[in-house]
Amino acid sequence: MESPDAPLLEVRDLEVTFAAARGRLEAIRGVDLTVQSGETLGLVGESGCGKSVTMLAVMGLLPPSVLIRGSIRYRGMELAGRPQKELGKLRGASIGMIFQDPMTALNPVLTIGAQIAEAIRIHDATVSARAAAGRAVDMLKLVTIPYPERRALQYPHELSGGMRQRAMIAMAMANEPELLIADEPTTALDVTVQAQIIELLRRLQASHRMGLVLISHDLGIVAGSADSVAIMYAGRIVERGAVEDIFDRPRHPYTRGLLASLPKIDGQATRLTAIEGSPPSLTALPPGCAFHPRCRHAITRCTTDEPTLRDVAGAAVACHLAESIVDAASAPITTDGQPSHPNATA
Amino acid sequence: MADSASIRPAFVRPRWLTFPVAAGTLLVLFWVVVALTVQWWPIDNPVASVGMRLAPPSGAHWLGTDALGRDVVSRTLHGAQYSLPVALVVILSAVGIGATLGAISGFLGGLADAAVMRLVDITLSFPAIMLAMAVTASLGPGLWHAAIAMIIVSWPNYARLMRAQVLAVKEREHVEAAVAAGASGPRTLVAHILPLCWSPILINATMDFGQIVLLVASLSFIGLGASPPTPEWGQMISEGAQKFYQWWIAFGPGMAILSVALGFNFLGDGLRDFLDPRTQ
Repeated sequence: MESPDAPLLEVRDLEVTFAAARGRLEAIRGVDLTVQSGETLGLVGESGCGKSVTMLAVMGLLPPSVLIRGSIRYRGMELAGRPQKELGKLRGASIGMIFQDPMTALNPVLTIGAQIAEAIRIHDATVSARAAAGRAVDMLKLVTIPYPERRALQYPHELSGGMRQRAMIAMAMANEPELLIADEPTTALDVTVQAQIIELLRRLQASHRMGLVLISHDLGIVAGSADSVAIMYAGRIVERGAVEDIFDRPRHPYTRGLLASLPKIDGQATRLTAIEGSPPSLTALPPGCAFHPRCRHAITRCTTDEPTLRDVAGAAVACHLAESIVDAASAPITTDGQPSHPNATA
Repeated sequence: MADSASIRPAFVRPRWLTFPVAAGTLLVLFWVVVALTVQWWPIDNPVASVGMRLAPPSGAHWLGTDALGRDVVSRTLHGAQYSLPVALVVILSAVGIGATLGAISGFLGGLADAAVMRLVDITLSFPAIMLAMAVTASLGPGLWHAAIAMIIVSWPNYARLMRAQVLAVKEREHVEAAVAAGASGPRTLVAHILPLCWSPILINATMDFGQIVLLVASLSFIGLGASPPTPEWGQMISEGAQKFYQWWIAFGPGMAILSVALGFNFLGDGLRDFLDPRTQ
């Protein structure tokens, strides 16, 4: 059962397979993750790489037809294969989740306060309706919503996007979970509001000593708030390590490509580089390394052997050529590791 | 606001208040008031002979009298006491049964869904009036037996409608968020799915009301519903149909059925425009 020394969340060899119209779709192909209390893990990757599916598997929110293998432990307690009824007690109480789009993730016919109060009373029926309503207002105060008493009586459509996301966070935090999963919490928001939401999450994480899993395709957000980072590609983790390590010395060509596609506000203006091509279809993965068709470094071995995560200079990376790529790290980062041509056209 | 400075307009018609909605509301309201209060109106006894047989419309009997010398206007107004409550009971029961089964079917899926939907398919594979006739005939003629038959033929529509709604709403993110917050299955259905499913049911039920009144009358017309001397509309039309030249006997109940059905249709249309933002 639960043991206090075990990591907050430990995922081992997670495999998630969907039954698709044409054969099986392997959405997650062996993912290992660990989140400690008070730690923020950034889970990064393109759309469809399996970031959200991984966390839905952790929450037990995937439909029963989906095949899940491997181990998901919360404080040493195995969650995989546990009945929905028991998972329901954990969800929202010990593990909170924030969804991407606050426009659709709130119930349109219930007031904000009622929804937060419901989250509280689901897990503790001894709390009176009045007390729960009071705590809902406190939660709104905690996420710095002005006039919380008034906002609690309003419906989601009466609130702005940022305000709604705050309300979502208040709902997820209502039972003071030890682990908070934020699935692209800022994707649907304005840039200025994004910063406020991320700052709020950081503050709550620090004050409550929560474990936080921050799913995002925005490297900037992850760089600013995560302790460790896991980069996902085609259902696997391709690089994992401490945040400074990954951002300063990316070892995987895919990570380098992601970083090269980011605009920088410091230093000289360089042409942004896109990663050529698009992620492979999960029903028809290329043999060998899933990234090799888009990788400029690919050698013959990449087309036959799928690399596994191994330790290279302090971080785990799944690339046969990681050592030589790290050595070449002094050059400006582009997808192909070459300085970009000044006359190159996009 | 700019309005406060200007002269207050006499009356601004809201978008949903169209002529059909107003007419429908008035018609329905009229018949509801009649059904509730007609027994205290100072009009002729609907089941007693009050004048000459088959008298044409006159000042004393606005729509004349029938073959037994009963006042047609009085009988028509009293008819509302039978048609409307029967239709109300039928609609409430059909919505209750249909929506419950449909919601469970859509929410659970699998075997429960298959069982309910096959039952729906079987029921809907018969023409409604034929099935209603068969059921009433096997139970024996009578207004409430006809009501049971009509409940049996009308619930499947609501089951289908509710199931489709639940299936659509179930996929919304706020439902997943509720599950992620730890809500149990029944709680998710009742608190987070059903409140968003009601408007099409409400619209359909309103529209159906007129149809049910018509169906009651049809069953009575062929002798399976109310029995004489009950002043039931279908029953009265049936009597009137035997007297070809005394058109007024069937005219009263005919207009009553027409106006009730029309009123509820108008009201249903208006309700749809009001509740469904896509049609505005």
